[in-house]
Amino acid sequence: MAAMLEVNDINVYYGSIHAIKGVSFEVNEGEIISLIGANGAGKTTTLHTISGLLKSTTGSMSFMGTDLMKTPADKIVSLGLAHVPEGRRIFQGMDVEENLDMGAFTQPKSSIKGNKEIVFEHFPRLKERRHQIAGTLSGGEQQMLAMGRAMMSNPKLLMLDEPSMGLAPILVDEIFEIIKALNKAGTTILLVEQNAQMALSIASRGYVLETGRVVLEDEAKNLLNNDSIRKAYLGG
Amino acid sequence: MKFLSNLINGISLGSVYAIIALGYTMVYGIARMLNFAHGDVIMVGAYICFFAIYSFNLNPVIGILMAVVVCTVLGVVIEKLAYKPLRQATSLAVLITAIGVSYFLQNMAQLLWSANPKVFPTIINGSIKLFGGELSISRTTIVIVLVCALIVVGLSIFVNHTKMGKAMRACSEDKEAAQLMGINVNKTISMTFAIGSALAAIAGVLMCCAYPNLQPTTGSMPGIKAFTAAVFGGIGSIPGAFIGGILLGVLEILGSAYISTELKDAIVFLALIIVLLVKPTGILGKKIHEKV
Ligand SMILES: Nc1ncnc2c1ncn2[C@@H]1O[C@H](COP(=O)(O)OP(=O)(O)O)[C@@H](O)[C@H]1O
Ligand SMILES: [Mg+2]
Repeated sequence: MAAMLEVNDINVYYGSIHAIKGVSFEVNEGEIISLIGANGAGKTTTLHTISGLLKSTTGSMSFMGTDLMKTPADKIVSLGLAHVPEGRRIFQGMDVEENLDMGAFTQPKSSIKGNKEIVFEHFPRLKERRHQIAGTLSGGEQQMLAMGRAMMSNPKLLMLDEPSMGLAPILVDEIFEIIKALNKAGTTILLVEQNAQMALSIASRGYVLETGRVVLEDEAKNLLNNDSIRKAYLGG
Repeated sequence: MKFLSNLINGISLGSVYAIIALGYTMVYGIARMLNFAHGDVIMVGAYICFFAIYSFNLNPVIGILMAVVVCTVLGVVIEKLAYKPLRQATSLAVLITAIGVSYFLQNMAQLLWSANPKVFPTIINGSIKLFGGELSISRTTIVIVLVCALIVVGLSIFVNHTKMGKAMRACSEDKEAAQLMGINVNKTISMTFAIGSALAAIAGVLMCCAYPNLQPTTGSMPGIKAFTAAVFGGIGSIPGAFIGGILLGVLEILGSAYISTELKDAIVFLALIIVLLVKPTGILGKKIHEKV
């Protein structure tokens, strides 16, 4: 059976900067896949390319049989592929509930209420603050809102770009527990992280990205035990 | 009583500025560009209504509707042809293009309709007398203020409570994130130009009802004033455009009544400079988060 998401030999440029150099990987239904790598390795660029915000000049990408190379950015989410971008990118001037409504932009009106209940179950704090302006939330709450907003589209695959960035350790634990719970409830996860230890601890497989190339791919537990990975990304 | 009469006239003129400023501010909020051709769309709207009434003897309401339709299409076409290809260009290139479009519209109007001023027909007759006839308010003035109030309320409801309105706000905050939500940014920008241009048509007709002199340059000064009003109130803000427009109109009329008719424009711009010195983002403006 073909993988849920297949990325095959993509190349992405920012002007003359060659940021992604022939990256390939795949995500199977039900998995948590983690894409790790140092700052500037090309993780964000890869996700932006899958979401159609950037274009690859070569290769192919498909999601559940749909050719992503030919799908414009605003048509991706309705395929069941949602993206929680780096830095959260919530709509600061809107309140929590309006942000969630934006997440459900492509959804029929009838399913919005139920989706919101599911989001509030995972993130009770968002329910308490449903009428608060998003820009005034704390960093952790903003990350929860960004995730909740993405969940409003009923995604089959959720791409998360550094959800732990800038959060206190206790909040990081909380966010990772929620990621695990979402996966258990049936959402496939593509997790991008600099926090490799955390990411690999919940993933089934992982890919290591270095200066625009996949240099290693393996079962997550093998990567956690790999000496060079330990030295480079896991602090010894 | 004289003061009250001036004040009412100021609010009426300010209402016209406000309607134009709303178009400026919405387009800026979403496309992050100053559409300097906006004032000339007003002029086109006024001409369409003029010919509908004068040459084709149509009912003024039909004339206004035609002006709205033509300007809506015009606004969308201008955006598609002139601005959309420049989405990635520097803001200076876009600004110069907008000025070019402005001159293009003025010259086209001159070519089609000649530079001779037309006298706009009277659409709304009569006036209301209050305080035993001491205060007389023309019905035109009343209609202008009411239409402006309706537009502001309607637009606020649209932007704050409808799905499309919220999508517009999302685009104005973060276009990439909006696309990740499934919002078509190009369509949203088109719609903003459509709404702004429809408002410009209404403003053009209302303005010519109050000041019935119509020529190809008719839109340019009100356009600049409305731009000033939008900056005054905080560019990008709908309530700001409304407040800025009204303040500007009142300042202009009171300034010319009590200080100097010749200096009325100077007074208006002086006030703008003072406001911007005290609050650089305008009265209701928010800090714009520049994305890296
Ligand atoms: N907007 C941009 N313009 C030019 N270069 C960029 C831009 N965004 C990222 N890059 C470059 O592309 C490379 C990959 O960046 P990125 O995908 O953000 O890495 P990561 O998410 O792994 O930290 C880096 O060398 C970065 O400097
Ligand atoms: Mg990144």
